[in-house]
Amino acid sequence: MASVAIGSSEQYNYDIVRKFTIMALIWGAVGMLIGVFIASELAWPFLNFDFPYITFGRLRPVHTGAVIFGFGGSALFATSYYIVQRTCQTRLLSDGMASFTFWGWQAIIVLAALGDVLGYSQGREYAEMEWPVDLLIAVVWVTYAIIYIGTIMKRKESHIYVANWFYLAFILAVALLHIFNNLAIPVSLTKSYPLFSGAQDAMVQWWYGHNAVGFFLTAAFLGMMYYFVPKQAGRPIYSYRLSIVHFWALIFMYMWAGTHHLHWTAIPDWTSTLAATFSIMLLMPSWGGMINGIMTMSGAWDKLRTDPVLRFLIVSLSFYGMSTFEGPMMSLKDVNALSHYTDWTIGHVHSGALGWVAMISFGAIYHMVPRLWDTKMYSLKLINVHFWLATIGTLLYITAMWISGIMQGLMWRAYDDFGNLQYSFAETVAAMHPYYAMRALGGLVFLSGMILMLYNCFMTMSQAKGVASGDMAPQAA
Amino acid sequence: MIDHGKIEKNLGLMLVLVMFAISIGGLIEIVPLFFIKGTIEEARTPEGIRMVRPYSALELRGRDIYIREGCYLCHSQMIRPFRDESMRYGHYSLAAESQYDHPFQWGSKRTGPDLARVGKKYSNEWQVQHLMAPRSMVPESVMPNYPWLMSPLDISDVGDRMAALRITGVPYSVSKVEFDNNVKEFGADVAKQLHIPDAQKNLIEQAKTGNYDGNAADVTEMDAVVAYLQVLGTMVDYSKFDNDSFVKFR
Repeated sequence: MASVAIGSSEQYNYDIVRKFTIMALIWGAVGMLIGVFIASELAWPFLNFDFPYITFGRLRPVHTGAVIFGFGGSALFATSYYIVQRTCQTRLLSDGMASFTFWGWQAIIVLAALGDVLGYSQGREYAEMEWPVDLLIAVVWVTYAIIYIGTIMKRKESHIYVANWFYLAFILAVALLHIFNNLAIPVSLTKSYPLFSGAQDAMVQWWYGHNAVGFFLTAAFLGMMYYFVPKQAGRPIYSYRLSIVHFWALIFMYMWAGTHHLHWTAIPDWTSTLAATFSIMLLMPSWGGMINGIMTMSGAWDKLRTDPVLRFLIVSLSFYGMSTFEGPMMSLKDVNALSHYTDWTIGHVHSGALGWVAMISFGAIYHMVPRLWDTKMYSLKLINVHFWLATIGTLLYITAMWISGIMQGLMWRAYDDFGNLQYSFAETVAAMHPYYAMRALGGLVFLSGMILMLYNCFMTMSQAKGVASGDMAPQAA
Repeated sequence: MIDHGKIEKNLGLMLVLVMFAISIGGLIEIVPLFFIKGTIEEARTPEGIRMVRPYSALELRGRDIYIREGCYLCHSQMIRPFRDESMRYGHYSLAAESQYDHPFQWGSKRTGPDLARVGKKYSNEWQVQHLMAPRSMVPESVMPNYPWLMSPLDISDVGDRMAALRITGVPYSVSKVEFDNNVKEFGADVAKQLHIPDAQKNLIEQAKTGNYDGNAADVTEMDAVVAYLQVLGTMVDYSKFDNDSFVKFR
């Protein structure tokens, strides 16, 4: 590929990747800080301070918005723009449009957070933003799709690389989900009512909610995995065939699974059964991705001893495998009868969000930062410390939630010798306290790792002489 | 075997196939629910009056505040058909009971108890005191205090809110024909509450007569929230039905 190495500074738009990378780091720290705070509110409710804007109910969407769309979203924009250019050997379709997606997306995160705090909410989980913000999201997203598709159209490689399949599916699916879940009739700029109601609305919302996980937090991050794991390991992807099979199976099956969030509720039983069936089948394509990633290490396992970045990537895949086993299990109706409405669900989400999504993003960002700023990481040792803080924090968090979730589920259905309910609801709340404290601690440990990363990355950027001159040779991906 | 290389080299083909793959699940699971009749149960009195009605103007404003404060993030409104839940909360929830809920508020987490049938379970005084200072009533609670609910309720746009819901299909009435139809479906008393031109008048009247916040002079957000909580799960009178009459809808 030596022939395309000339003039590489003009070849790729790294400026946009750098911008999104910085914002991913900042939103990560902000979103996780708010997470630790609201976790503490549940353990020590005086922290609500009788102040409307910081109550748990208003800050929780700020937390989910900042970590999913701020941190995760910015990391996805950064990595997808980085990957699509390098694997297509071409510059982004339009710098202006890319810049619009950056400022548009950041505006969305800020407006959404302000709306949440002020109480302008649609009352839909992970889609609390009112309709003007939803419209802005739609515009930014369409622009993103045009840039992405347009860039692939002018690729210099005849094949579209596997990472891009996943990003494409993610872009299309999120557009579809976002539009149908946010159909609403406005009353004013800050208030609207959703078009659907009751059972149908529930089905639409969890079709959205589950596939926000399936496409935003899974398919797209698998795209990330398919580029950075082979890059960092210096090995080709384990199985091309496996990547084909699990890609199509994954994107097809995910869309059926959302209804498992509504087991035993007032929806028709057949939808619930169908969703459970697909959820169980989903184990296979999910593990297909995990196996393909982890087996890429064959012949390079020794690198795990010396390379903390690779360690992030591989441990993230382990957490991915674990939570995609736990998910199908929780979608069984009998397990769900126990787990639903409890902290077990929260623990499950965070084993995916902290263990998989955040860790693979950390690995990807640590891989990109020295290349984007054309320097070496400020401290490899700090990456190593971050790795252990992230791992221990995640384990503390999910262990606390497993215990509290299963315990509360069992307490709710416990009977005394006379067949009466053994515990009042308030007693089960009191029993949660130590685990809520433990969860807040786990979150704090994870957050401190994030802050170390922020410090390490900003030190790296400031030690780089100016902004990267882009003199590294582009490589065939 | 199919040559996947063809798809990898043809972006248009790939986009079409991806779109196809991600559309099927939703189409098959969700779209039929708008057409299959049994999805929403029929709950009528022997006289043919519908038991589940849209919210009154005051209840609707209370519901808006419930959503504003993010109550759904800790409280579900969906009782599952289990023995422990029926002992703790009451009859399992029907789809009909949330048929006018835009958006649905079934929730996904019970940090606090389910509220689907909290209506009439506690007195207004209890609800007010609990919202002002939850730990004064339930020492183990981790719920925030909501003292600002004692501020005046903004009722200026309640008619607009009902009009927006009317567009989504909630039978609030504007014309005489719609009003008469509501009289037939819900009875005269309810029909009056659903009439959009009278929304503000009805709201003030319900707040003053109900006196939910213990202060008959002002209409506060507390009036609205408590009015909403007190109606939750009370619309269907289960004594009018056989034990298993709703099972056939499952």
